[in-house]
Amino acid sequence: MKLKADRATLLRALGHIQSVAEKRNTIPILANVLIAVKDGRLSFTATDMEIAIVEEVAASTSRNGAATAPAATLYEIVRKLPETAEIEFDHPGGDAPLGLRAGRFNTSLVVQPVEDFPSMTAGSLPHRFHLPALVLRGLIDRTRFAISTEETRYYLNGIYLHRAESDGHPVLRAVATDGHRLARVEEPLPEGASAMPGVIVPRKTVNELRRLLEDESGSVEVALSDTKIQFTVGPITLTSKLIDGTFPEYERVIPSGNDKVLRVGKKDFADAVARVAAISSERSRPVKLSLQKDLLTLSAASAEQGSAVEELDRDHVEYAAGPLEIGFQARYLNDITDQITENVEFCFSDGSAPTVVRDAGDQSALYVLMPMRV
Amino acid sequence: MPWLCRHCAPEPCGCARPHRLEHPELFALSVAHVDADAFFAAVEKRRRPELAGRPVIVGGGTRGVVSTACYIARLSGVGSAMPMFKALKLCPDAVVLRPDFAAYSAVAAEMRRLMLALTPAVQPLSIDEAALDLAGTEAVHGAPPAAVLAGFARQVEASLGVTVSIGLARNRMLAKIAASLDKPRGFAVLGSEAASLLAPHPVTLLPGVGPAQARRLAALGITRIGQLQGLRPAEARRRLGEDGPALVARAEGEDARRVDPRREAKSVSAETTFAQDLSDPTALEAQLWPLAEKLARRLRETELAASGVVLKLKTARFALRTRQARLAQPTVLPDLLFAAGAALLAREADGTAFRLIGLGAAGLAPLAQADQPSLADPDLPRLVARQKAIDGLRERFGVGAIKKGRMFFF
Repeated sequence: MKLKADRATLLRALGHIQSVAEKRNTIPILANVLIAVKDGRLSFTATDMEIAIVEEVAASTSRNGAATAPAATLYEIVRKLPETAEIEFDHPGGDAPLGLRAGRFNTSLVVQPVEDFPSMTAGSLPHRFHLPALVLRGLIDRTRFAISTEETRYYLNGIYLHRAESDGHPVLRAVATDGHRLARVEEPLPEGASAMPGVIVPRKTVNELRRLLEDESGSVEVALSDTKIQFTVGPITLTSKLIDGTFPEYERVIPSGNDKVLRVGKKDFADAVARVAAISSERSRPVKLSLQKDLLTLSAASAEQGSAVEELDRDHVEYAAGPLEIGFQARYLNDITDQITENVEFCFSDGSAPTVVRDAGDQSALYVLMPMRV
Repeated sequence: MPWLCRHCAPEPCGCARPHRLEHPELFALSVAHVDADAFFAAVEKRRRPELAGRPVIVGGGTRGVVSTACYIARLSGVGSAMPMFKALKLCPDAVVLRPDFAAYSAVAAEMRRLMLALTPAVQPLSIDEAALDLAGTEAVHGAPPAAVLAGFARQVEASLGVTVSIGLARNRMLAKIAASLDKPRGFAVLGSEAASLLAPHPVTLLPGVGPAQARRLAALGITRIGQLQGLRPAEARRRLGEDGPALVARAEGEDARRVDPRREAKSVSAETTFAQDLSDPTALEAQLWPLAEKLARRLRETELAASGVVLKLKTARFALRTRQARLAQPTVLPDLLFAAGAALLAREADGTAFRLIGLGAAGLAPLAQADQPSLADPDLPRLVARQKAIDGLRERFGVGAIKKGRMFFF
């Protein structure tokens, strides 16, 4: 295998690759990247056996072949080379070390047998559709904060992606919950998704995908089966296993009769929550919302530090229902308001029942929050 | 004969009518077991002096059973874990109080503080019980352990209004047995006479001998501790199985367990030893359900919830396996305890023959935190409501009034 590529191209690709490569050395070869030149085209592959990422990289190649080398080391070396460097890879084959040359810098990396590198095959992926990167980003950003990190209920450790009906229209829905909050976002169902099964996309996959989408403005191809999902973002293919479990019937926990409506500017609200919550370093301390007609009082107290209160009056809030007191974890409120553009709409039932939160200007997202006792 | 006065120790006795405690080894023994007498009832009586002369039963709460009965109520035959309706039949004029665990914990903490003034080697065994090792403290206190403990008992009574019973011996097992010999307000010493003193007692007095083990021993014609004494290890192993020699050692008053201050209070758990070893996964699972119910009940009785479960299995060859799993949130629902235990069991039930299965709480949380509504669990409110209904029936008609359908499949 022999090839030449410029540093910037390699660094970008290795950046994508190395976060998938397993850093904890349970199986040493999983820390490696597979570098392959086939039919004159260079590709990088990394896998942790749950996710595989393959990226085609622009390079001028002069000999086919393949080798595996430690992803983190390779990334570090490339990163430290001068910005304009052109890097040459040379691997004679077999167990011979992989030679890297850039200007007068030379390194030879120990390789592990290419045959030992696990291949993760996607199998047949019968459901295939396209989503604009922007839409996919929106689905992820507005749900992933609610993904559970607790491993007992492993079926909550991802985003539940499935088709559903909303006001008689077929939609693609992303849902995540950790039991304390729930986020449900929907987009019109793309062509090709009408028969897709409901799938749970693992958190790590979601995060890797989100990184790949950062600078992407085009369209992403999504292909899936009951057990695997594949995202093609430009020259990158991310293939992942799905979580084998049943997502809860979340519709049953979304309240429908919450009729006490509060509207408040997102910035006013988020800033007030942040100021009031600063009184307590304890994350689980609630921020109390006390409501009267067109008046919202936010307060928090800590036995050690003292207390804080802020009022938002009729210039900032709109509330017509009866008095109400309810408490929420500040971080949970912020996670939601972070996703809201201008005005937040809260629909309360009472101080101990789940509360619905929406973006007043965008009905595609719905959030549910469990109150805390105050 | 070495003696001390329980009114005066550790000071030299100067009283007219000494309360003598004497024993040949009185000043040589250093392991103590301290157990508060009718603890919950005593705390209640202390804060409500008007109850002093009346029978008091603490219990009820989530389930209709007696948690603690004061000694006056015990005279009528009321005992712990007795259904409330039965207790009230025996003692109709009893004052029944709902448990106030916050108050009991506060007094227990105070009692523990007084223990720690005697020795750092205090191992809490339950809310009102602890093992203490006072070896090497004589130089610090200027008095032998027995004298220091007598002073401690008076101090607890004077400052907390709770009486304790103390057992003093050379090891934890004998100290615990001693503490039970002279209740309430007792102080008993068990020295080298322990073996002969234990001999006529039933084998169930020994720690680790439950109903199942007692039945197995009875089948061999062994009912009294004395019948175990003197068996040679080889013979014990042949007749009683792998743990025979250990059982004989206990019967002879030997116990190698140290007082370990790092050990937390005994966790809440339930276990059962099978009449015959079991290896079939379905049969093992069938044993797990009643344990889940028992565990749930014990948790609610102590106003606690399990934040995880621990599954305990003992193989036919006496190898112990324990496996733990965390729960999504604290629970007292038997269904959830069972589900978590069954998942652990599924991995262990690989054809190995087991003789014992146990299910316990791994990590405890206050009952108030249990089974909170969760957006991830739409079925939880239904489970909670159902359990409430079941508990209501049991409170009125007894534990056996309602059983899960699965109990009838086997």
